[in-house]
Amino acid sequence: MNPILLAIIALGAIGLIAALLLYFASRKFAVHEDERIGQVSAVLPQANCGGCGFPGCAGFAGACVKATDEKGSLEGLLCPVGGQPVMEQVAGILGMTVEASAPKVAVVRCNGSCENRPRLVSYDGAKSCMIEQMIGMGDTGCSYGCYGCGDCVASCQFGAIHINPETLLPEVDEEKCTACGACAKACPRQIIEIRLKGPKNRRMVVLCNNKDKGAIANKWCKASCIGCGKCVKVCDKFEAITLTKNLAYIDAEKCKLCRKCEEACPKGAIHSFNMPPRKPKAETPETPKAPQAPTTPNVEPVKAEQ
Amino acid sequence: MKTFSIGGVHPEENKLSAGSPIREAQLPKQAVFSMFQHIGAPANPVVKKGDVVKVGTLLGEAGGFVSAPIYSSVSGKVNKVDVVLDASGLRRMAVVVDVEGDEWEEGIDRSTDLVKLADRPDLDSKTIVDKIKAAGIVGMGGATFPTHVKLCPPPGKVAECVIVNAVECEPYLTADHRLMLEHPDEILVGLQLVMKAVNVKKGYIGIERNKPDAIELMTEKAKQYPEIEVVPLKVKYPQGGEKQLIDAVIGRQVPAPPALPIDTGAIVQNVGTIFAIYQAVMKNKPLIDRIITVTGKSLSKPSNLLARLGTPFSQLIDECGGLPEDTGKIIGGGPMMGKALLSIDVPMTKGSSGLLIMKEDEAKRAEAEPCIRCAKCVGACPMGLEPYLLSKVSELRDWDAAEQDDITSCIECGSCQFTCPSHRPLLDYIRLGKSTVMGIIRARSAK
Repeated sequence: MNPILLAIIALGAIGLIAALLLYFASRKFAVHEDERIGQVSAVLPQANCGGCGFPGCAGFAGACVKATDEKGSLEGLLCPVGGQPVMEQVAGILGMTVEASAPKVAVVRCNGSCENRPRLVSYDGAKSCMIEQMIGMGDTGCSYGCYGCGDCVASCQFGAIHINPETLLPEVDEEKCTACGACAKACPRQIIEIRLKGPKNRRMVVLCNNKDKGAIANKWCKASCIGCGKCVKVCDKFEAITLTKNLAYIDAEKCKLCRKCEEACPKGAIHSFNMPPRKPKAETPETPKAPQAPTTPNVEPVKAEQ
Repeated sequence: MKTFSIGGVHPEENKLSAGSPIREAQLPKQAVFSMFQHIGAPANPVVKKGDVVKVGTLLGEAGGFVSAPIYSSVSGKVNKVDVVLDASGLRRMAVVVDVEGDEWEEGIDRSTDLVKLADRPDLDSKTIVDKIKAAGIVGMGGATFPTHVKLCPPPGKVAECVIVNAVECEPYLTADHRLMLEHPDEILVGLQLVMKAVNVKKGYIGIERNKPDAIELMTEKAKQYPEIEVVPLKVKYPQGGEKQLIDAVIGRQVPAPPALPIDTGAIVQNVGTIFAIYQAVMKNKPLIDRIITVTGKSLSKPSNLLARLGTPFSQLIDECGGLPEDTGKIIGGGPMMGKALLSIDVPMTKGSSGLLIMKEDEAKRAEAEPCIRCAKCVGACPMGLEPYLLSKVSELRDWDAAEQDDITSCIECGSCQFTCPSHRPLLDYIRLGKSTVMGIIRARSAK
């Protein structure tokens, strides 16, 4: 027989047998994946950032389907990158409804710019905040402030954070920030907080993370919170501000954006974001003093300053 | 001539202060006692503001088994118990004492007479270890691991010999060298005490060949103790590393972690620690002072000072001729493993073996260039690791790979970074990787 013909027949036969084997194998061992997972996955941003708390977008899609089947709601699940529109699409596929979730944004809670917080020594090791953290307090006298080496910048997949070369502090681009939380995790000093964006993106934030006693915090940084508690007093109506470990914190959900705390802060540590310019009227900064117990034992540094 | 088997480098020795005898530093005006002078749990302060203390008064009690008590090295009044910046670069709990006079607690023998082991037949193994523990003695080569822990081997492990680490392989430092020249008898008795404490019959003293006078003196003095042998070693950094010294002296290699040096049957103690043990057991003196080398090329009087713990570094520098104008960096410890200080107003601690003042041009790190895969770091690593790889995987935060490549075996000696022709910050990243991987391993075993 013609060897060419023989080869064709032999190869054809092998191919046929292999094809049949594969066919039966794929029928026998088929894994039935819920097709909704694929559909949900398709509408997700595919950034695989892990901001939702699951391993990648496919993991999140699986979790959404599982939650639908088991709990009958998508409560507690949010894709921070896609936000509300994507969650509505996901809910549409799964036949669920989602409650409106407030958008969030990363906020750098340190205002220790070169001007506010002088550099005492110069660090020339490998450029990483984590490494600087292991060596000690950093190049300033503040043991809570930003190192400025940019671990947060390296961690951001969306190019939403960069170091300002003048202040040496990270700045967040609100348009690009998806609140995935990668920068907050990367920061060895937990300076970055994922906060509610607020109505019309307006919000009040204490731009300081210093938990030292007032005298120490005051010594090394012009813009530090000294835990004097003045902001807590002016906010007695809404009780949005709490003072723990010499550091004031504004609860974004309770804050009514009255901006009184901003005026009350003797060190200018409280900042407003995206607020309209103040009206030039002479507003009386004094607030009715409620007979309140002193909220903080730590008012001495302020007295000393005055 | 003996030395360890793999890796090692030869940094310039620069032992500027080798010829300067130990001199006593002045008492500080204010002494600061950090509660974090050792590895392990911090000490808990037991004094409060206004208390009057003497030299040898307990300031902080040990916070656990792996911890050490802290004693006052000065007499005076407690100014405050508060957080203070210390040599670690962090603000941590410390006791601050305003110095008045120099009164000592009773029971401390301040004479210089030699007390031999034969003079004290009452001492048994347990009393010696208890005295060491009570005196707050920690490893004085710089690692500050509590000494009594090392002298209590875990069950099933048996010590066979004691090795005294008198290598002092760090460039610049000469504190151990001077100690051997000026107190050889005390060191030999101290070694006998440790040998008795762990019940072994053999003691070695490992000294590098760049200290011929010390080798000669110690060999001469050791002739009256047949169980003690002085071992001259070839000069190579990091011979003073515990694992390297065991390899060099008795030729056994410590297996990878979690194995301990005791698995080879050797207990290693620094020569400064041995001297402190002698003083604690024979003279009843807690660890309140130590010898520190204050040195640097532009310093006018590089010296070896016997200084009380808690003395600010700034005062020690003043006693050695003041801070030179061209100072670029001040390092606590030696140039290879020491740590740059954030301020010279921090106090010296039990682990302060040296204070190195570097000129501005020496201090500057060269710009890092790309790795050229020359593998010099692999050849230099005394632990047989691949530093270029460990540094890269740490930079990329691939902790699994770092763990697989034995990053936890790294002794952080810095030989890789020293030898790198591209000036890459290898050790910076390896340290980050090592501490992260250790954290991961701890978390895993806690589960």
